[in-house]
Amino acid sequence: MADEALFLLLHNEMVSGLYKSAEQGEVENGRCITKLENMGFRVGQGLIERFTKDTARFKDELDIMKFICKDFWTTVFKKQIDNLRTNHQGIYVLQDNKFRLLTQMSAGKQYLEHASKYLAFTCGLIRGGLSNLGIKSIVTAEVSSMPACKFQVMIQKL
Amino acid sequence: MSRPAHRRPEYHKINKDLFVLTYGALVAQLCKDYEKDEDVNKYLDKMGYGIGTRLVEDFLARSCVRRCHSYSEITDIIAQVAFKMYLGITPSVTCNNPSRTEFSLILDKNPLVEFVEELPAGRSSLCYCNLLCGIIRGALEMVHLAADVTFLQDTLKGDRVTEIGITFLKKLDEKKYRRKK
Repeated sequence: MADEALFLLLHNEMVSGLYKSAEQGEVENGRCITKLENMGFRVGQGLIERFTKDTARFKDELDIMKFICKDFWTTVFKKQIDNLRTNHQGIYVLQDNKFRLLTQMSAGKQYLEHASKYLAFTCGLIRGGLSNLGIKSIVTAEVSSMPACKFQVMIQKL
Repeated sequence: MSRPAHRRPEYHKINKDLFVLTYGALVAQLCKDYEKDEDVNKYLDKMGYGIGTRLVEDFLARSCVRRCHSYSEITDIIAQVAFKMYLGITPSVTCNNPSRTEFSLILDKNPLVEFVEELPAGRSSLCYCNLLCGIIRGALEMVHLAADVTFLQDTLKGDRVTEIGITFLKKLDEKKYRRKK
């Protein structure tokens, strides 16, 4: 079946390809990240549709976040989110101590400045998944030491 | 993390969907960025080449195939082992010329186009799966085999099956036995 390796390589090629074709500068950097995030958004929407076809209805927002942390993350990245924190007012922090897309890159502070490029797609993935479950959100990611990273989800109340 | 004892069958499918959907999003983005189909095709081929050069190592590590002695053996391994391992399908192999350097992989079912209904308007010469050609070309080059890989038939363009043509460019024996005079 389609191996993890294939997706990993495709993702890395996408990131490097997009950046190679863009010129230097802050604006271009932001544009590339936006493109990656939008791609992840579309993929997340599609994935969550297929995934939740047969599952029961979610009770509340926290239930949905727990689903993302457990089942969704396990299917996409073969492991669960290690830590979920919330302030019960619409902000959730998902912590992954060994993020699959970063493990091959470094184990510490090396290449930290490039990590954000490789997280943009996954931010979009989460945002897309939540969007099709009826939740509008903003997802950002931060890395302090690879391969651990934190995804912050801010729910937007309509 | 321990794996759950009973894997629901959907998990594998979702994993495959992840790759297929990501690829679709990528092609959609490229169509937005580039006006000409040839540019998109070239870009996909280049990306595939980069992936292929790395994928072949993963493949060789996992599959433990023995050394091949002919081009037809190589093509069989690509079809029966590599495609099965990464895409879950087994294309059939046909040989196109008597000197056995041109082969075709015939895919009845192409998993990459599972969610594609038709090519977008004005994109009739887009080779949607050109990534596959680049992957095969890159992988072969890493094992010192030069080859030309192109699409001969494409279901998205109205053909019945998808056909990938592999043309090996240099004879294997030449390297071993011929010496520069």
